[in-house]
Amino acid sequence: MSVFLLKRFATFIATLIGASIVIFLVLEILPGNAAQTMLGPDATPETVAALAHKLGLDRPPVARYLEWVGGMLTGHLGNSYAYNSPVSELIVERLQVTVPLALMSMLLTTVIALSLGVYAAARHNRIGDVSVMGVSQIGIAIPNFWFAIMLILFFAVRLKWFSAGGFPGWGAGAWLALKSLMLPSVALAVVQAAILARITRSAVLDVLREDFVRTARAKGLSRTAALWRHVLRNALIPVVTIMGLQFSNLLAGTIVVENVFYLPGLGRLIFQSISNRDVIVVRDVVMFLAAMVVVTNFVVDMLYAAIDPRLKAHDI
Amino acid sequence: MTFNRRALRHPSLAVGGVLTLLLILVALVSLFWTPWSAYLIDVPHRLLPPTEHHWLGTDPFGRDIVSLILVGAQNSIMVGVIAVGIGLGFGTTLGATAAAHRGWVEELVMRLSDFTFAFPAVLSAIMLTALLGPGIVNSIIAIGIFNVPVFARVTRASANAIWAREFVAAARAAGKGRLRITLEHVLPNILSQLIVQATIQFATAILAEAALSYLGLGTQPPQPSWGRMLYDAQTYLFQAPSLAVFPGVAIAVAVLGLNLLGDGLRDVLDPRLVRSR
Repeated sequence: MSVFLLKRFATFIATLIGASIVIFLVLEILPGNAAQTMLGPDATPETVAALAHKLGLDRPPVARYLEWVGGMLTGHLGNSYAYNSPVSELIVERLQVTVPLALMSMLLTTVIALSLGVYAAARHNRIGDVSVMGVSQIGIAIPNFWFAIMLILFFAVRLKWFSAGGFPGWGAGAWLALKSLMLPSVALAVVQAAILARITRSAVLDVLREDFVRTARAKGLSRTAALWRHVLRNALIPVVTIMGLQFSNLLAGTIVVENVFYLPGLGRLIFQSISNRDVIVVRDVVMFLAAMVVVTNFVVDMLYAAIDPRLKAHDI
Repeated sequence: MTFNRRALRHPSLAVGGVLTLLLILVALVSLFWTPWSAYLIDVPHRLLPPTEHHWLGTDPFGRDIVSLILVGAQNSIMVGVIAVGIGLGFGTTLGATAAAHRGWVEELVMRLSDFTFAFPAVLSAIMLTALLGPGIVNSIIAIGIFNVPVFARVTRASANAIWAREFVAAARAAGKGRLRITLEHVLPNILSQLIVQATIQFATAILAEAALSYLGLGTQPPQPSWGRMLYDAQTYLFQAPSLAVFPGVAIAVAVLGLNLLGDGLRDVLDPRLVRSR
């Protein structure tokens, strides 16, 4: 294993440990303690003390931290106070909505961004390019939750093609379930695609200036053939990296958009847990989401190294 | 070509500048005048469509939408200024220190900022405001914290380039210390990069605050906020669909203006970028 991979792996583990310490500490410095937060300001001291004992809050913080981390490593997270069930079960249940939603919006993002980005680069500085860049600038400025509301307004309230929110569950049939995820994934994808289209465009423009493209054209390859056969493949390297980095934005967007459409995913779970003052669920879900982001960044780093061997050679 | 000439010929700078000025002007005007009081509850006249008296109609409490949007601009600007101020203050200090000292100080600052990037800003803001209590102050702090690593990175990268220049070597030979060189030579030379980044982060802060307020974690009623207005509007999508349109347009126009201004300033302040495109 090269020094690059070892360094990245060490950073990956350190970031995960750091994230867990920060999340744990934030809960430690809560005004009052987790038991007080859960029971609210009107709870009697006796009730708070009883819940604190039940949650193990009267034990030393280091012991509690190690127990929490140990539990996460073995898949045993805490218990939800409001739902009275293990947090791991809640997460697995909610992932059935969040994962398909994230995948659908990622797919849409890729299709929209690649086609618009390549089109704009091919029409560099002409009306098509200027229009695509103008539209993408507006796309970046639009809040995804507002765009989601506008989609509801048009497709659910006016045209009545979709329901305004909710999720029928996979048991109701794949089509119905997918249909209820369509508007949310479009809302998420449009903003992401606006950013990615700009990156695709500039990546394609950079590659278009390379000598090997000129050689390919000199050998008689048409502009379109050179674009698809040589340029796009090389331009994909930075685009894939940015897509990986956008994952954390996608997760954050999912939290907000799930709330717009009342979808029972992880975002809705974390939000409901905040309302229920279910601190254990908030802690574990935030840790889970942070871990997902860190793992994705690590995988993207690895993929990047695999695609571009220069990185490994330089051992950055 | 001089800065002013380049600025006038740059379309995104001109459009961005006009939209940003409009945002500031709206906020300033609303300090002295709004068609109605933004806090005036008038239930008999709730959910009115646009009329002669209420140009964009009224909300579920009978408050005038135009007045709410005007006063909401103050809120967005305040959040942007403070959140960017936190990032600029702490981030620039950290980045400049990292560039001045290099070695383990630089490594520590950069690893810390990498670490902060691992948390999606909105997610962390949700966690912080959920635990510390919803409200404008906590949401500004949460958004501000996530501006710190952004400015730390920009400052460090730009400052490293300045530290390698000959005039800095001359200043060192003249016996100036790290702090003095940073204040007299490095910071003035990276000011343009910081201004560009501040403009873009300002837009991001407005979007983040709107999302937090929409979720009920940011600005609390009765203080008008564009995000909160959208939350209120969603309940009445079937009765009063237009309620959901205007606050979103206000957010989008403000963010678009700041993003265009940031892009334009980058091109004008660093003409090398334009030529290489």
